[in-house]
Amino acid sequence: MALTKEQIASKTEELKAFIAAHKDIDGPLMPIMQHAQESFSYLSMETMTLIADSLGIPVADVYGIATFYAQFSLKPKGDYVVSVCQGTACYVKGAAAVLEEVKSRLGIEAGETTPDGKFSIQDTRCLGCCGLAPVMVVNGDVYGRLVPADIKGILEKYDA
Amino acid sequence: MNLETLARIREEGQANAAMRVATGLPGTGVHHVMVCGGTGCTSSGSEKLCELFASEAEKQGIADKVKVVRTGCFGLCALGPIVIVYPEGTFYSQVKAEDVAEIVESHLLGGEPVERLVYEDIGDLKLPEGHSPTLYDTVFYHKQLRLALRNCGRINPEDINEYIAVDGYRALAKVLTEMTPDEVIQTVLDSGLRGRGGAGFPTGRKWMFAKAPAPKKYVVCNADEGDPGAFMDRSILEGDPHAVLEAMAIAGYAIGADEGYIYVRAEYPIAVQRLTIAIEQAREAGLLGKDIFGTGFDFDIQLRLGAGAFVCGEETALLTSIEGNRGEPRPRPPFPAVKGLFGKPTVINNVETYANICQIILNGADWFASQGTKTSTGTKVFALGGKIKHTGLVEVPMGTTLREIIYDIGGGIPNGKKFKAAQTGGPSGGCIPAANLDTAVDYDSLKAIGSMMGSGGMIIMDEDNCMVDIAKFFLEFTVDESCGKCVPCRLGTRRMLDILTRITEGKGEDGDIEKLEAIAADLQCSALCALGQTAPNPVVSTLRYFRDEYEAHIYEKRCPAGACKALLQYAIDPEKCKGCSLCSKKCPAGAISGEIKKPFTIDPAKCIKCGVCMETCRFGAVVKK
Amino acid sequence: MENKTVTLTVDGVTVTVPADATVLDAAREAGVNIPTLCYLKDVNAIGSCRLCLVEIQGARGLQAACVSPVAEGQVVTTNSPKLRETRRMNLELILSNHNRECTSCVRSGNCELQALCREYGVDDYPYDGKLSSEKYDDVSPSIVRDNSKCINCRRCVATCNKVQGIGAIGVSGRGFRSEIGCIYGESLADSPCVYCGQCILACPVGALKEKDSISDVYAALASGKHVVVQPAPAVRATIGEEFGYPVGTSVTGKLATALRRLGFAKVFDTDFGADLTIMEEGAELIHRLQNGGKLPMITSCSPGWVNYCEKFYPEFLPNLSTCKSPHEMEGAMIKTYYAEKAGIDPKDIYVVSVMPCTAKKFEAKRGELSHDGLQDVDAVLTVRELAKMIRSAGIDFRRLPDSDFDSLLGESSGAGVIFGATGGVMEAALRTVYEKLTGKTLDDVNFTAVRGTAGVKEAEIDLDGKKITVAVANGTKNASNLLEAVKRGERDYTFIEVMGCPGGCVCGGGTPIVNATDRVYIDLKAERAKALYAEDAGKPNRKSHENSEIKAIYADFLGSPNSHKAHELLHTSYSPRAKYSKHEA
Repeated sequence: MALTKEQIASKTEELKAFIAAHKDIDGPLMPIMQHAQESFSYLSMETMTLIADSLGIPVADVYGIATFYAQFSLKPKGDYVVSVCQGTACYVKGAAAVLEEVKSRLGIEAGETTPDGKFSIQDTRCLGCCGLAPVMVVNGDVYGRLVPADIKGILEKYDA
Repeated sequence: MNLETLARIREEGQANAAMRVATGLPGTGVHHVMVCGGTGCTSSGSEKLCELFASEAEKQGIADKVKVVRTGCFGLCALGPIVIVYPEGTFYSQVKAEDVAEIVESHLLGGEPVERLVYEDIGDLKLPEGHSPTLYDTVFYHKQLRLALRNCGRINPEDINEYIAVDGYRALAKVLTEMTPDEVIQTVLDSGLRGRGGAGFPTGRKWMFAKAPAPKKYVVCNADEGDPGAFMDRSILEGDPHAVLEAMAIAGYAIGADEGYIYVRAEYPIAVQRLTIAIEQAREAGLLGKDIFGTGFDFDIQLRLGAGAFVCGEETALLTSIEGNRGEPRPRPPFPAVKGLFGKPTVINNVETYANICQIILNGADWFASQGTKTSTGTKVFALGGKIKHTGLVEVPMGTTLREIIYDIGGGIPNGKKFKAAQTGGPSGGCIPAANLDTAVDYDSLKAIGSMMGSGGMIIMDEDNCMVDIAKFFLEFTVDESCGKCVPCRLGTRRMLDILTRITEGKGEDGDIEKLEAIAADLQCSALCALGQTAPNPVVSTLRYFRDEYEAHIYEKRCPAGACKALLQYAIDPEKCKGCSLCSKKCPAGAISGEIKKPFTIDPAKCIKCGVCMETCRFGAVVKK
Repeated sequence: MENKTVTLTVDGVTVTVPADATVLDAAREAGVNIPTLCYLKDVNAIGSCRLCLVEIQGARGLQAACVSPVAEGQVVTTNSPKLRETRRMNLELILSNHNRECTSCVRSGNCELQALCREYGVDDYPYDGKLSSEKYDDVSPSIVRDNSKCINCRRCVATCNKVQGIGAIGVSGRGFRSEIGCIYGESLADSPCVYCGQCILACPVGALKEKDSISDVYAALASGKHVVVQPAPAVRATIGEEFGYPVGTSVTGKLATALRRLGFAKVFDTDFGADLTIMEEGAELIHRLQNGGKLPMITSCSPGWVNYCEKFYPEFLPNLSTCKSPHEMEGAMIKTYYAEKAGIDPKDIYVVSVMPCTAKKFEAKRGELSHDGLQDVDAVLTVRELAKMIRSAGIDFRRLPDSDFDSLLGESSGAGVIFGATGGVMEAALRTVYEKLTGKTLDDVNFTAVRGTAGVKEAEIDLDGKKITVAVANGTKNASNLLEAVKRGERDYTFIEVMGCPGGCVCGGGTPIVNATDRVYIDLKAERAKALYAEDAGKPNRKSHENSEIKAIYADFLGSPNSHKAHELLHTSYSPRAKYSKHEA
């Protein structure tokens, strides 16, 4: 969901407070970026600049880290993040076909968000539920032992 | 907390603790309902079960006779959610919400286990007459030796007192009051414990290297378990977090560090939550912090979350990441023991390694060394996955054969398919063929056959899995996860993937295998870190054991396993086809046509090779070529 | 601490080196050059290209020499079949992701990758595949980045971040997709980049180069316009390297001849502009001193520094001297004074500056550096570009006779010459300010305290009883350190010289590129500066205010320093600039 101006302002204040509380710990950058990512659901230029300026480092460094770790996103994620596990156990049990089905149903690639901002797809490395392979998680709801035919019904639940 | 308090808490909880290990004990008159709270079972609804058990017991008026405990992982994830009822040790599998009332009424109230839910595959084990099988009698558990996982499923990981009841923090008390740091290191050294995270470097030696006096040192726990298909560490953290905290404190005492960091995957929310609770409880109890047990020893632990980069499982990359950088490995030497976190001497071990420490201290180096094999002592936890019946977590003595793990404990390959290979060591490991099933699983034997122990992922593959495709899968992974710093890994893995992609698409050429081998050899000797050096292993090992599959792809443009889409064609066997038209209706590409009651045909130009027709056909008339 | 040493053998040669040396250092001590690509002395040692691999007895696997600490009794092998094969393989892999338009590449001939491929006999490209990035950024007027040639060695990144403290570029993404560049894949033009061009000097291949001005200059020469050229002080001390002269050889006379042969109508000298700058800047300093003006006054002749100040330290803009830089002053004089004298319509004059600098290309396009709708300078060539023109014109540089610059705007004092070295502007200014302020003649014109290659230099100058403190910083990071100290109130100066590039103009982003190995052995900053100080010492006249053409221009045209006319033509102003212009709120 797109944040309102007020939400952004209050989250920014909250981030500033978090930075103030953490800037002097050893290795403050990752916890601060993770906090910002969680709070805003992505790292905007404004957020990265705020972090960089607060810690006295180039924005390019923050950007370099943001693009290194899969957890960080430079664009807002959809309301529902569909994570399709592509771990080995899931892969040998057909996770690739499940991912294909999700992609074709939503019309986007992994890492992208639908134009209406509703869904994002993430191809995730091992969610650790190998007993349920292949697995997919939608905002914390776990779906296991999937076959492509299951996808339509699952997505419809969220597309109300 | 002082030693007396520790002993008192232990005594108070001892009866409960004992009951949950040895079944058949008279118990305390209270039923303990242990509900697995690991990620797998939680995903299949175990949290709800906890609530239902409590409310049903209430309804039946036996709330005071039932203790519901949400535990860590029992291991048999394939059959989750799992519920164990003590003192009987009854093993319920695939428990559903609607089963709870019956279990409470029949078993907890009436003393009669609900047979239809009891998992009792005990193989050819002979039980005395009238003795109903318990958890420990099942084939899945019988051959296991749970040391690192000893408390998983046995205690409530969110209650420090339950941990103390099973000898928790006794090892820390022992080292602080009875042992010198050197004695601790010597004990770990003598135990023969080797790092459980990958290469198997002796843990005691690591600690020894960090011994030299320095004003500041760190102890780090590598909980960035990134191997796809591996969840040993996660289960330990979810089921027994204090064991890791205690071991880190012991390491801190041994090398003279007062600060520890746990770097844990953010993708493991339950583990993170339990660690957070455990650290808080330990601090409150004075088991972390200043002047532990009044000995003057200070030690505290901070949690840091990974951010989704496999390479951060490499120790120097992990340290770089904590410091707030792109998680790129640093050259070694200098090793972390000399120059680690924030440039200070650092001991870094993985979760499972730490999980063994306390028992080594309590039971002695000789006890530990007597388990397993001479050069690989103790046990190893494996995450069994893929084409195997008992997907889950198993712990066996080092030296157990693959066959025992796969067929005895793992229950073999489902659907009557043939075993093809076991992949161990994740993206750094290799594929082991049927001919090597009797290999004893230990560091050196696995290495000798071109794989590696790795962190313990074990993925089983059957005849439907194409080994070129699997090699490509792993290379895709490494290309994606390579940090991009050094040339061989950044470019070599990608060029290998290019070639593998070509081969699986039917565009392989003579000479491709040699090119793969040349790049692989270069990576192995010249990549900067272990991730790069081992990245070609999946290719090298499949080339070693399944070269014919590569050759079939390249020279015959054929995928023997029928997995590579570009190389296969679906066709309808006119002999078997009844002309029912079902496949034609289901085909999403409109590629199948024919006259009712006459054999249908597939137009290869339109076919998208999705396989729906094959799934649909009730007569087995659709074949892959 | 005692100076500990260790002794080891490299390829059988026993050497003793400091205990904190690397195996690479030790090998060089033993007379062995291990191939390197990502290593750049004092700048980048990350062990990523995997070419400097060596075998160390007892160590697991191959080790990167550039980051391997030496140890007592170590036995190192740098040349074995396995090492040669591994290096060759890694070169092939690098080439598999490299745009191999080598024949026409700006770095053909002094490309470090090309040289190594030749040494290792890489004659085949067995692993060709899709390039990881083909981003081409030629938006800025100064620097072009071509990721299709980038080998991700990160020397540029380390230079930009660690040496210059700017952080315009970094590594983004991961694995094969990782690439060097600005955030969001944007252009340098929208980044904090100050166009110093130090990254170009760091680049081992052709992924970084100056924005080409050669075609503009050739076009102007062919257009029938009156094309006038002026080379900066540092050009004479560096261009010889392009023609095989040792580093630090001054080739002033040949330079003038070569320019003339290229067809320029007049060959003036930016050294004259430097003398003019001293007249104006000196007067400005005296004015500020005597009228309570903003101090410390900071020099403004380095465009990299001016960009840096505008983007990073806007609070110091009032401290900047309002003087245009020497070639801009010279350009302004060419299009007014010279035009008038020669009777040429300024619109028909095309001024070409030859500069050791890439930031000058941006500077020349600044709207404020113009007069009557004409830019003071029309095109800026780097030293490298000029050398290329000389070569392509078939001019045999080494056999050229010497000649002088054209008069009117061609005479210079020794003070103008040393502008090219760090501390030179300060020293030149002091020579004039001292005499103007005290009315006395300097006994010794050599202010050696401000010479040398240290990043920050300080001196107390006795202006006949009045003591002033001055400072000199070279490289933007050193400038930042200095300004921070001023901001914190720890330091108080009257006059500060800042040069954007470490070592000053002689090591500017437009100077000849010296490969990483030679940079280990040659102190470029010191050697190139030496040539200028030698030329200064040999000049009959060493003070700007004694330059006869300077005297003439004031008498005939400008009146006096800081006169109304001088202000109109020779001074400018500055304004803060966004670091990320695309992301301004």
